[in-house]
Amino acid sequence: MSIAPSWYLTLAAMLFSIGVIGLLIRRNVLVMLMCVELMLNAANLTFVTYSRALNDISGQAAVFFVLVVAAAEVVVGLGIIVAIFRRKTGATADDVHLLKD
Amino acid sequence: MITGVIAAQALHLPHVNYTTIMPELILLGGMLVLLLVSALFKKALPRDFYATSVVGVGVASLIASLVLYHDVASHGPFTAIAHSIDIDGFSVLFLTLVSCIMIVYPFFAHAYLQREGLDGVEFFALPLISGAGAMFMASANDLILIFLGLEILSLPLYVMAGMDQRREASGEAAMKYFIMGAFSSAIFLYGMALTYGATGSLNLAEISAFLAKNYIFGNGVLLAGMGLLLIGFLFKIAAVPFHYWSPDVYQGSPTIATGFMAAIAKAGAFAAMIRVFMATFPTLASDWQPLLWVIVVLTTLFGAVVALVQKDVKRMLAYSSINQAGFILLGLQADTSKGIGASLYYVFIYSFLILGTFAVVAIAGARGDAIHDIDDLRGYAKSHPFLATSLAIFLVAQAGAPFTTGFLAKLQVVTAAIDAHSYALAVIAMISAAIATGFYLRIVYVMFGDGTDTRVSVPAEKEVYSVSPLGQLGVSPWLFTGIVLCLSVTILFGFWPQPLVDFATHAKLLFV
Repeated sequence: MSIAPSWYLTLAAMLFSIGVIGLLIRRNVLVMLMCVELMLNAANLTFVTYSRALNDISGQAAVFFVLVVAAAEVVVGLGIIVAIFRRKTGATADDVHLLKD
Repeated sequence: MITGVIAAQALHLPHVNYTTIMPELILLGGMLVLLLVSALFKKALPRDFYATSVVGVGVASLIASLVLYHDVASHGPFTAIAHSIDIDGFSVLFLTLVSCIMIVYPFFAHAYLQREGLDGVEFFALPLISGAGAMFMASANDLILIFLGLEILSLPLYVMAGMDQRREASGEAAMKYFIMGAFSSAIFLYGMALTYGATGSLNLAEISAFLAKNYIFGNGVLLAGMGLLLIGFLFKIAAVPFHYWSPDVYQGSPTIATGFMAAIAKAGAFAAMIRVFMATFPTLASDWQPLLWVIVVLTTLFGAVVALVQKDVKRMLAYSSINQAGFILLGLQADTSKGIGASLYYVFIYSFLILGTFAVVAIAGARGDAIHDIDDLRGYAKSHPFLATSLAIFLVAQAGAPFTTGFLAKLQVVTAAIDAHSYALAVIAMISAAIATGFYLRIVYVMFGDGTDTRVSVPAEKEVYSVSPLGQLGVSPWLFTGIVLCLSVTILFGFWPQPLVDFATHAKLLFV
């Protein structure tokens, strides 16, 4: 028995929403980074589901590109986070507040 | 129920026509060579070498872009590499623009590093990657390639924002830019996935053909996908209400990186945005035009009003650049070929204005980007007449003064809006331009008004630049050349705009 694509799409939409909400309310930069990863993977799940439903290979191919981009993004992001928070005790976004109106 | 099974397809590699991506390859190849050479030598190579190399790479990619321009002019637009690259007047215009940015930028980077007393390849290698990303965004005919271009453009910019390790604000800018950038990329990607689901393709031409053949009304997935793509783009160009990262990032980044990111990120994002919305979603114009109407109103007015009350020059310029992004969107909102031409012209001349503006602001900011209050520019015209005059010209051009490129740019987008019967929008944009004149002239007034330059940096500057014959002007030969290049674009095309206007209006999209 196979599961209808709408279930996967709904799951992806929920994962994406969790990522968005998490990024907006969590203050730990590492958790915010994980929320971005969650959003990217929700998009991947959507790609794969549609690819299978449409019987079209390009959605599967897109996922590989996204994986590579996500890895590159983490490299740059962690580099920046380490550079900033080396001098601080924890990676909390609220500690970084020099720039504001 | 899923009944279809993806058939095993024989691996079929597309024919790769390397000349169509030659400008990108030149930038990336130049970047790799620079990095390799810098790693081979134990001692830091001189800044002159790096800056000269990047100028050379920029000239080479400009030549490659002009070759493509010749191809388009003689054979008409075409697609290449499995239809994922579009070479038309539109992409050639952006390839040319990015090449020009790559030629002008190293002059300023050199002056900035000289003042900071820094060596290093990073400030020259990273922009080359960014430039290649912007070029890919401009010539992409495939959503995947646009996404890759967006990331190739953005990732080096995050690093450049955080390059000034001595200042905490720079790290903070890098972190904010990174988090917001990654967030917007993820939103863009989800929009891509939904668009793919609704139309069955990631290729822009195929999406457009599908939408033209099938009358789709009120398809939630398609509309959501398009909306998320729009949000992704609006984040990148910092349109209200997706602008809140930009003042912090502009203020915190090393000033020369700010100028570069303002020019290149806008060029790349607008290129992809215009192609996606004008060439791919023209059948959905009745859905995205009202959205853009609201965005234009918010962006122009909010940018202008908030800029009025800023104390920091870089922050003020960030809001000013939000205001200018609203004007570029105004041409896009009109959804006519005249509107696109006006937006393209605007993006083109704005890149030089903002590069020049931030270069002068960077040099006025003293070592370590320490002094960026507007009041600190008091008496700047007396101590640095050349720099102050240049900054004044760049600022009044942004305000839209006649005989500069800014005037015609504003005139064209507003005329395009009026031709599209968006009278209210044109009036609102003009009101915001009038407000914006206030803060541009305020800086000019502060510089040329009474008062003496009290900045501590003046002796240090004399020391750094005194070796050159231009030392009395307070500029190095590199800085002088860069500013003269930007000034000549601004004034030359202000008096004699026809060639550039023709270039922009003939830069038709392949699928419009």
